[in-house]
Amino acid sequence: MPVSLTNSKLIYDALKACDIRLVSALPETWLLHLIRLADEDPEVTLVRLAKEEEGVGVSAGAHFAGVKSAMLMQNHGFLASINGIVSFAHLYKIPLLMLISYRGSFGERDPWQTQGGNVTEPLLRALGIPYSFLDSVETVKKRIRQAQALSESSLQPVALLLTRDLMWEE
Amino acid sequence: MLRLDCLRSVYLELEDCLVVTIMGAVAAELQSLGHRPNFFYLQHAMGLASSTGLGLALCLPEQRVIVFDGDGSLLMNLGSLSTMARYRPRKLVHVVFDNESLLSVGGFPTATSTGTDLEGIARAAGIPRVATVRSVDNFKVAVTDAMQGTELTTIIAKVEAKGPAAYVSDLSLLENRFQFRRHIQSLKGH
Repeated sequence: MPVSLTNSKLIYDALKACDIRLVSALPETWLLHLIRLADEDPEVTLVRLAKEEEGVGVSAGAHFAGVKSAMLMQNHGFLASINGIVSFAHLYKIPLLMLISYRGSFGERDPWQTQGGNVTEPLLRALGIPYSFLDSVETVKKRIRQAQALSESSLQPVALLLTRDLMWEE
Repeated sequence: MLRLDCLRSVYLELEDCLVVTIMGAVAAELQSLGHRPNFFYLQHAMGLASSTGLGLALCLPEQRVIVFDGDGSLLMNLGSLSTMARYRPRKLVHVVFDNESLLSVGGFPTATSTGTDLEGIARAAGIPRVATVRSVDNFKVAVTDAMQGTELTTIIAKVEAKGPAAYVSDLSLLENRFQFRRHIQSLKGH
């Protein structure tokens, strides 16, 4: 499997360093190591969802409980979460740390991912969601820490796009 | 059976719970009985009240959490039943007021009016304790039993499609949200 285990661990350790203790997820190829790491970690509650939008509610509940959380999803899962993001997270000022695998971008070979790739960044901008990229080993830890800090201080969703350069070993 | 009478019958028992409601009539009627800092009204995002209750219950396993859901909201997020059943928090009580109607937006009939059985769906999703109640007495017994029990419970309460005269209150969404979180943090401090 050419999904990078090394870089998945790097991301996971950075999340743990931010005191993330609940992770919601829906499986997708690039996320498989991250989800397994969360599943095997007794310090982290993994919530396997039926649909990504549920994760907005789960993370809101965690926030009310004083627990820091992260959401793992594909960009199509982000598309499926938009009403929850707008009418819960934005409306009620709920911090969300969204790690979104950026499928359908440069290098994508699966035709079915490409339309979602086209609209991911335009939609993040339209929704006013601050976002950045996880695209190199050197900056992963810092970007995750910065995204988590901004999400908590601004009480809003913040997105990190997981890129092919980081996640895939070809 | 009126939803307001159901809520009134268990109102005193809610004092030690964290309460999450859906929007519209459920939120307005619970608030009309007297707002408390442990009540959170999710005034939009239909379907996510149960997910919010799940997040709370997973993070605060010793805390009783009760969700007041509705047929229209639950039908928008049936997957939530399977997610709750997967983790089955022992102190989460999920009440679904089923008036077979999207009452707050004009009373359009939902699929429960044409035979969709939420109790059957909840049971088949794997919720360990499920019941349907049709009288206030039975509602009170079912909810208080579930609150004292140690299993995730979904209770379908068949109610009339009647709501309050007004839906808007003077409690702002953000005031409610910050008060709710602060209340939970104060509990953790004890």
